[in-house]
Amino acid sequence: MLDAGPREVLDLPLEEAIACPQCDALYHARLPEDGQRVVCHRCHTVLIAPKRNAYLRTIALSVTVVILMAGATMFPFLGVNVSGFSNRASVLDAALAFLDGGWMATLSVLVAGFIVLIPVIRSALVIYVLLPLVRGRPPLPRARQVFRWTEDLRPWSMAEIFIIGCAVALTKVADLARVEFGPAFWMFGVLVVVIVLQDGLMDKWTIWKALEERS
Amino acid sequence: MESARREILTARECGLVACRRCAKVWPIAQTTCTRCGSPLQSRDWRSLQRVWAWLVVGIICYIPANIFPMLRTQVLFNTSESTIIEGAVELAMHGNLPIAAIILIASVAIPMGKFAAIAYLAWSVRRPERLRPRQRHRLYHFVEFIGRWSMIDVFVVAILSALVQLNFAASIHPGPAAITFALSVMFTMLAALSFDPRMIWDQTPAERTVHE
Repeated sequence: MLDAGPREVLDLPLEEAIACPQCDALYHARLPEDGQRVVCHRCHTVLIAPKRNAYLRTIALSVTVVILMAGATMFPFLGVNVSGFSNRASVLDAALAFLDGGWMATLSVLVAGFIVLIPVIRSALVIYVLLPLVRGRPPLPRARQVFRWTEDLRPWSMAEIFIIGCAVALTKVADLARVEFGPAFWMFGVLVVVIVLQDGLMDKWTIWKALEERS
Repeated sequence: MESARREILTARECGLVACRRCAKVWPIAQTTCTRCGSPLQSRDWRSLQRVWAWLVVGIICYIPANIFPMLRTQVLFNTSESTIIEGAVELAMHGNLPIAAIILIASVAIPMGKFAAIAYLAWSVRRPERLRPRQRHRLYHFVEFIGRWSMIDVFVVAILSALVQLNFAASIHPGPAAITFALSVMFTMLAALSFDPRMIWDQTPAERTVHE
């Protein structure tokens, strides 16, 4: 918890102050113990949440995301089988399903971005930002710009929504046809878990501070 | 908790401006955060114009999304088209109530609720009296969190259309509502992202003075 009252906050040097980005409340920034969190008193936004070995673990998970996504797009994802007719679809086929609809092709680009490209790009950007930090070196050129992009892309990475969409679609199909799960399906399932873990590990505040101090 | 709330000082009250991206604090005259490079603004009143603009476009896109078919299903020589609501009703008729509920919640209740919530938030920060900032902030947080999940229906259509391609036996194709629905979700996400929630908390007239 935060331990500075308003009077102490007024006398703080600016470097030691932190303001809640959601409600503007001002606090004395103190790095908590690993695994502890600093939470805004009035709007309960998490301000600082460092984890042990976070950079290294985040990089490992980001590499995992890239590898799993490569597999999830290349291997068969789902198949259906109904009285002799069968069809298979990959993750990319799902995105490209809108291609034959003329101007709907835009939607194919968007869906491919949401479920495949943006998660992979975000992981690559995270590696770019964190790799020098974990090795104790100064950040790579334009690391701040890159980390801004990483943050801006966060809401547009929708792999977890896609997998729930799969669950809904399959219950629709299951009545009519036999469904086969390809290896890519399980890869994508694991991928979603890895992305969630990765997001939970990254603490914006400590990364920005490190980028500032080491450059 | 109550005592903690009374003791809170905001960056604005202290003559400071906070970076919404990296939480660093600067003197109020500073215009760019040199730590992360973001533009600084103590309260982004102009963001309300962006919020309303995105919201209106989002609502406009939502109308054709409900009028036009989301799915075209062809079984043998029968072709049928269904809108979002028809699709859910059909599922419910087949006894698949939980899935029908998910579709209805994700594609009807959440988008409509989101339009109302964003409009209410943008309207309420302009009002003279400040009611229940805690609840309004929670509402903002919820809208921001839930917005992306409306995309579920678009993904369902994508998977069904890719998977169910069984020659003349059965095939499913996306309808034009898929793209307008996706655009509606994206524009409402942009509306929520444009909103500056710090305005919810401003209580005193000094905090709420509009100056750049």
